[in-house]
Amino acid sequence: MRPAVLTGEHYITGDEACAEGAMAAGCMFFGGYPITPATEVAEHMSVRLPEVGGTFIQMEDEIAAMASIIGASWAGQKSMTSTSGPGFSLMMENIGLAVCTETPCVVVNVQRAGPSTGLPTMGAQGDMMQARWGSHGHYEIIALSPSSGQEIFNQTITAFNLSEKYRVPVLLMTDEVIGHMSEKVVIPNASEIRTISRPKPKGRKDRFKLYQPAENGVAPMPSAGDGYKIHVTGLTHDERGYPVMTVEAQAEMTDRIVRKIRDNRHDIIMTDSYNLEDAEIILVSYGISARTSLAAMHMARSSGMKVGFLKLNTIWPFAEEKIAELAQRARAFITVEINYGQIHLEVMRSATGRADCHLVGHAGGTVITPEQVMAKIKEIY
Amino acid sequence: MVAKADSTPSEQVHPLDHLIRTDRIPHIWCTGCGIGTVFSSCLKAMISSGIDLEKTCMVSGIGCTGRGAGYLNLDSFHTTHGRAIPFATGLKLGNPNLNVIVFSGDGDLFAIGGNHFIHGARRNIDMTVICVNNLIYGMTGGQVAATTPVNAKTTTTQSGNPDAPFNLPLMAWASGATYVARWTMLHIRELTACIEKALTRSGFSFIEVLAPCPTNYGRRNREKSLETLRLYRDKTIIKNNADPSELDVDFQKGVILGEFVDRERPTCIENYDRTCRAF
Repeated sequence: MRPAVLTGEHYITGDEACAEGAMAAGCMFFGGYPITPATEVAEHMSVRLPEVGGTFIQMEDEIAAMASIIGASWAGQKSMTSTSGPGFSLMMENIGLAVCTETPCVVVNVQRAGPSTGLPTMGAQGDMMQARWGSHGHYEIIALSPSSGQEIFNQTITAFNLSEKYRVPVLLMTDEVIGHMSEKVVIPNASEIRTISRPKPKGRKDRFKLYQPAENGVAPMPSAGDGYKIHVTGLTHDERGYPVMTVEAQAEMTDRIVRKIRDNRHDIIMTDSYNLEDAEIILVSYGISARTSLAAMHMARSSGMKVGFLKLNTIWPFAEEKIAELAQRARAFITVEINYGQIHLEVMRSATGRADCHLVGHAGGTVITPEQVMAKIKEIY
Repeated sequence: MVAKADSTPSEQVHPLDHLIRTDRIPHIWCTGCGIGTVFSSCLKAMISSGIDLEKTCMVSGIGCTGRGAGYLNLDSFHTTHGRAIPFATGLKLGNPNLNVIVFSGDGDLFAIGGNHFIHGARRNIDMTVICVNNLIYGMTGGQVAATTPVNAKTTTTQSGNPDAPFNLPLMAWASGATYVARWTMLHIRELTACIEKALTRSGFSFIEVLAPCPTNYGRRNREKSLETLRLYRDKTIIKNNADPSELDVDFQKGVILGEFVDRERPTCIENYDRTCRAF
């Protein structure tokens, strides 16, 4: 039997790196359903979880998979599922339940080209807005986007940590290209991996309120069987968790689930900056397209063009303050993403007219090449 | 906890009060509705079974019966429409020490949630599923359900239901449930005994309870509350171990009640330990 943390150098696919990241983060429950190109995450978890006493179950569909990980989370386990576009659509209702009931869990979307069944074996980044607004109602959510096997491993751990810290589902938005690509992944010693678990309540059980926020806006969370007699509902509820059908209760609850993310955005939003100091044109990208963009930036720099690159590791909440600040000094942004302009519109919104905003994107099925980005840079430089 | 004979109403405490979130009363159920009777039967069985109530959870879906979890003064989960069983599956597998009860309606468990029901039974997840079958969608105002009798009038079948209803115990048996029973809310002693038995045995237990919905079913089908209860008394036949195929709900020929299935089969967790966790 292998330990949860497989310290060492590995040559594995992104999907396997994701599963190993989950293991290292302390995931003990995986409810899944097969779907290309995410199946390997589930397959790997089905082997690994029993080795540490955890539980894998293949549910009857993605709706059930999502419901099961919420249930397991309330049983006290760090829980996770993985899917791709069609399954992501089916998970949306229960992602909303997890948001409303403030349930920590991690949902991995290995994106493929859509709409509908689309190109199951070929990558895209077309689900970024679905990640933001796919479930009904107004809420805030956290979505991360890794661009390599190593980053998938690292960000899966971060996804669990943010999820536990803020009691919110965290969406890990990878794609088919990095999911299926084999790369070197270095797994550190267990003692070097920082993991966070949800805060547990203290004090008298009879005075406990399930949604009474602590200082950071997040309420401590007991598990079923801890003796707190909790009531958990997807109906609008008060701090006790009891349904209250009033305008005031709706405002108070929505405010809490929105503010705990917004007020902590500086802890949640992660970006990497390359050559931004003197950049006249700034590339903005994430996931596999971040690697395209980095290559394009180096090509442009070697041609003497002042091009920088802002890599988005956190997609939601969006790095709008960073974009707004950069818009004061850069001439233009070029967003590079495999869709027809989802994050592009967010960049445009955040730049508020202070810089020109361009898109290099396509409908999906293959990566964007550095040459395509370079062509756009030359066009507007 | 039992009220003294000479106590004033404000001093009286119902013997089930400690299991109810009394600060959430009055409940939403209509006059003449059968859900409350089934709910209190479930609470009685929870006490008499002797299970550890601190380790007991109730999971509901959406609908009138789905409000049950919200009134229980234990760990309780009011989930999404049809998804109580997969939620409860995660809860049970996440902590096998929990006693898990699913309390929900026919629309929730057998139309939108039908797929989850058959798979929960197939896996033999150790849980007790109580379905209050009132033959209709009550919460939304009386639409046709997967259990509505042929020809019955509902707001979406105003000329009569063209479709045949499910035979729920047959489906539970065919899907692999290890305990299956059916009662009406009039047969409260038998029902309580069966729930108690279901709570203390392992495996996927299913209990169907017929209950009137005078507001939405009775009113449109010329069946007053008391008349429904008379049907429950006069047109039912108690026949334990009946052939599941003869368990369709047809009051003209008589509806069979009783304990139909009680068989042993390894649970989901036992099978998982044996196959996947045996190193």
